[in-house]
Amino acid sequence: MAMLEIKDLEVHYGVIKAIKGISFEVNQGEVIALIGANGAGKTTILHTVTGLINGTAGKITFNDTDITKMPAHKIVSLGMAHVPEGRRVFSQLTVLQNLKMGAYTRKDKKEIEDTLQMVYKRFPRLEERKNQVAGTLSGGEQQMLAMGRALMSHPKIILMDEPSMGLSPIFVEEIFSIIRDISASGTTVLLVEQNAKKALSIANRAYVLETGKIALEGNADLLMNNESVKKAYLGE
Amino acid sequence: MSFISYLINGISLGSLYALIALGYTMVYGIAKMLNFAHGDIIMVGGFSIFIVSTTLGLPPLLGILAAVVICTALGMTIEKIAYKPLRKAASPLAVLITAIGVSYLLQNVALLIFGANTKLFTSVVTVPPVTMGEGQITISGETIATIVVSIIIMICLMLFIKKSKAGQAMLAVSEDKGAAELMGINVNATISLTFAIGSALAAIAGALLCSAYPTLTPYTGAMPGIKAFVAAVFGGIGSIPGAFIGGILLGVIENLSKAYISSQMADAIVFGVLILVLLVKPTGILGKKINEKV
Repeated sequence: MAMLEIKDLEVHYGVIKAIKGISFEVNQGEVIALIGANGAGKTTILHTVTGLINGTAGKITFNDTDITKMPAHKIVSLGMAHVPEGRRVFSQLTVLQNLKMGAYTRKDKKEIEDTLQMVYKRFPRLEERKNQVAGTLSGGEQQMLAMGRALMSHPKIILMDEPSMGLSPIFVEEIFSIIRDISASGTTVLLVEQNAKKALSIANRAYVLETGKIALEGNADLLMNNESVKKAYLGE
Repeated sequence: MSFISYLINGISLGSLYALIALGYTMVYGIAKMLNFAHGDIIMVGGFSIFIVSTTLGLPPLLGILAAVVICTALGMTIEKIAYKPLRKAASPLAVLITAIGVSYLLQNVALLIFGANTKLFTSVVTVPPVTMGEGQITISGETIATIVVSIIIMICLMLFIKKSKAGQAMLAVSEDKGAAELMGINVNATISLTFAIGSALAAIAGALLCSAYPTLTPYTGAMPGIKAFVAAVFGGIGSIPGAFIGGILLGVIENLSKAYISSQMADAIVFGVLILVLLVKPTGILGKKINEKV
């Protein structure tokens, strides 16, 4: 039984069909990568799964709950967190306020504090800067904050949209090693990336998207050696 | 001595502007829209008190309570029916024009129900006047009540935003609705709450305005509403202390202009100062420019 199951999903922007019937699944404990060129529909899929936009057809099931029409703010408390593209931290709030915002749906103060310490342990830089206004952080630090903020909801699955975008190579390495850690600690990861090589290197399975359709799917290491993937996405 | 009494009257008028401006600035800061019907909600508050206290003869406190309940419900209803469907409209002008429409609608419905005749409003303030400086300056109870109430409300609002979970949710919504939604914040409910608070403030402003200037017509709220909007822009729209400072300054400038320059020119001077401030500091006195680092 898949943890997250997307079935025959279609999404329209006005009259334009952005997602043309996509099905995929994410199992407990997996790291799944969605790769593909700009405009293939990767972000649209994530937005539809977390409820920021509604699909026009299809069904999304998360841990046996039908979340197809559920608003985003209700999906969070089911255990799904989303690290959006471009990080979207609250730039006028401090690092700590941002992290607390991530725990908005939780009530138990003690548990929130424990998660906060866990996040600080994973991102020591965030603790150093906890009273700094988020807008003054560097891009890499903002990415860490966005990830830490998502972890504050104590998610079962975490959706990440282009976490490496616009970061320096050192930060890219760091972010991917953190994603590996998050996965190792038992959180399922659905990763959208343009950096296909990096994404495939940490994923169990991957789906290759082309203009709103799944072109290829399979184990990450197999896709890594697939000739057409190599040519189109790995630059070899 | 007369200068001091002009100043105090200015501060009193300014506190009234500040109270109305707080409603404007809250709604603007969080829902990112200018609710031009805000002034007319003040008028509805005034009429609510008039009916309960003058027509039905019930205690003034009950009238204020009724005004708060009616205005809160009205504000939330207007938001739900008129503004919410336009939240995703392509142009922000759509909701602005709708707000102007709602303003006229409220004025004309009041005109239909109550007629154009000026109603005499009985003050709901029971604070006794204070005499100072060997009887040369008398501060009315309405003045004292207006100043004290505005200060208390501003402090409560600031504490509410800073300390409460709902207040923090408002900050998140004001910056990024989508990201706020992803935190589990119900954006629609948060905006609805913002309108509820803004409209409740308008009801209180209505009680104080009609007590200080004891007449009531369907257009009672229009001019104070526009002045308060100016005050909010003056102080930096979106900022709570900014709205307060802007309101006080506006009231003082208006009253001193009336006293020393010309009562006909007072409004021109007020708006002239606004233009000057905006030329020098386009974000208003306390408005901040958002620096985004990518």
